[in-house]
Amino acid sequence: MKAGNYIPGNGGVTVNNIVKKYGAKKETIQALRGVSFEVNRGELFGIIGPDGAGKTSLFRILTTLLLPDGGSAAVDGLDVVKDFKEIRKRVGYMPGRFSLYQDLTVAENLEFFATIFNTSIEENYELVKDIYSQIEPFKDRRAGKLSGGMKQKLALSCALIHRPSVLFLDEPTTGVDAVSRKEFWDMLGRLKMQGITILVSTPYMDEASLCDRVALIQNGEILAINTPQGVIDSFDKTLLAVKSRRMLPLLEDLKAFEGAEDAYPFGEYHHVVLRPGITDTHAMSYLSQKGYEDVQVQLITPNIEDCFMARMAKIY
Amino acid sequence: MNNGIAIRAEQLTKRFGEFTAVDGISFEVKKGEIFGFLGANGAGKTTAMRMLCGLSLPTSGKATVAGFDVYKENEQIKRNIGYMSQKFSLYEDLTIKENIRFYAGIYGKSDSFIKTKTAMLLQHLHLEGEANKLVKSLPLGWKQKLAFSVAIFHEPEIVFLDEPTGGVDPVTRREFWSMIYKAAESGITVFVTTHYMDEAEYCNRVSIMVDGRIDALDTPEQLKKTFGAQSMDEVFLKLARKAVRSAD
Repeated sequence: MKAGNYIPGNGGVTVNNIVKKYGAKKETIQALRGVSFEVNRGELFGIIGPDGAGKTSLFRILTTLLLPDGGSAAVDGLDVVKDFKEIRKRVGYMPGRFSLYQDLTVAENLEFFATIFNTSIEENYELVKDIYSQIEPFKDRRAGKLSGGMKQKLALSCALIHRPSVLFLDEPTTGVDAVSRKEFWDMLGRLKMQGITILVSTPYMDEASLCDRVALIQNGEILAINTPQGVIDSFDKTLLAVKSRRMLPLLEDLKAFEGAEDAYPFGEYHHVVLRPGITDTHAMSYLSQKGYEDVQVQLITPNIEDCFMARMAKIY
Repeated sequence: MNNGIAIRAEQLTKRFGEFTAVDGISFEVKKGEIFGFLGANGAGKTTAMRMLCGLSLPTSGKATVAGFDVYKENEQIKRNIGYMSQKFSLYEDLTIKENIRFYAGIYGKSDSFIKTKTAMLLQHLHLEGEANKLVKSLPLGWKQKLAFSVAIFHEPEIVFLDEPTGGVDPVTRREFWSMIYKAAESGITVFVTTHYMDEAEYCNRVSIMVDGRIDALDTPEQLKKTFGAQSMDEVFLKLARKAVRSAD
């Protein structure tokens, strides 16, 4: 699809071969190296990748805050370069860094965002009620005095108050503890029910399973786009979880195992990616040869992090 | 150091006005141990860590770090610990070499010590070719590995790591942990916080703070048994959901 052929108001996001570079000629950094994907209306789409992968650059281009150096993109059917003014009315953006007015109260911040979008809190209260009601008891407190979790809820309420068609959330859960992360994702699930398209970026691989589809991104390139289950199904190797009392020497020995393509720690286990034709029986006999008597070996289904690492290994 | 104990806290407490941020925590960390210090946002981890690093005086209770008293000997504590966090690590506008020199200089290391050890460190990290590059030009993963090496450059007895791997890619995150293991093997005690629950498994022992108290402290394996949980994630959720007070 070429720029200009988009259908306005389709609620989706189309990204075509987007390139972004920073810096002078000599030391150019390629933040995005030709990224393409599509997000459908009402989809909860995750951009999963570590810091420096290009997630924020991508979000800033899609929210019309940054110009791409190549490629084209449309948000809600509108071109991100040509139709930037119209896009700004239709998207909600929660940047990675807290960007609300610290000296305004909770209520004043929300009021402010409603007013600049020509609407009122009352008009869209239903949409933010679920989230805003949790911080409403503190509505007269200045935003700068809120806790991290409350700031996050206020920022989300402000990004939603004009009822955007597409919501961009840049690393909303970074530095947030496991309990609050789960609560935040529950909120996103309920928002999705309202028909809002949501793009959310995160460095936490375990959050991928909470999205409808994900794009795995590393070093400005997309490694895979699929449903979380699809990513897992496309892992075409045998994966083992191995455990013994002596985990450190076990890792060394697993790395030295000729039948292993890769071996790395994973929580209480080590994961071992086997070469084609190698089975868990081979691994067992190798380990018993090495003198491990208490070793546990089991075949496992990979998770998103295993898939991410396997795809990183393919490229580098 | 006494009896191989790197950190000892007894009823350590910090109040800010009416608010008790750290509520009588007691624990010991053994020399060379990797000790995971977990808790939800706002549970009191940072306040506790600041007291142990000699940056904030306790309201009551006792604590020694590397054998030094947190009330009277906080300067000696600072000299004998290393510290690194994701938010504060290296100076972006200094080169790799300059950063190393700067930190080593602060700890009063001699020029010859700095010279020899810098060469070793650069070789070890495969950064010989980048020594004169600005830190800001390095990818995040490299920065974090370098920051850790710099934090233990002066060979401290204990290193405090505050969420050292936040946002780092999964491969680098594991390389980072293998550096932690090496440091621990060389006798450095590691005190680490993280939001990644798989990393809790890599610690020898883990404490979990809830509302200013330590509600659980044991090996990851024993914690899972005690709480009838499959994973550390489950243990953490079971404990942290009980929290009454809100984040931060």
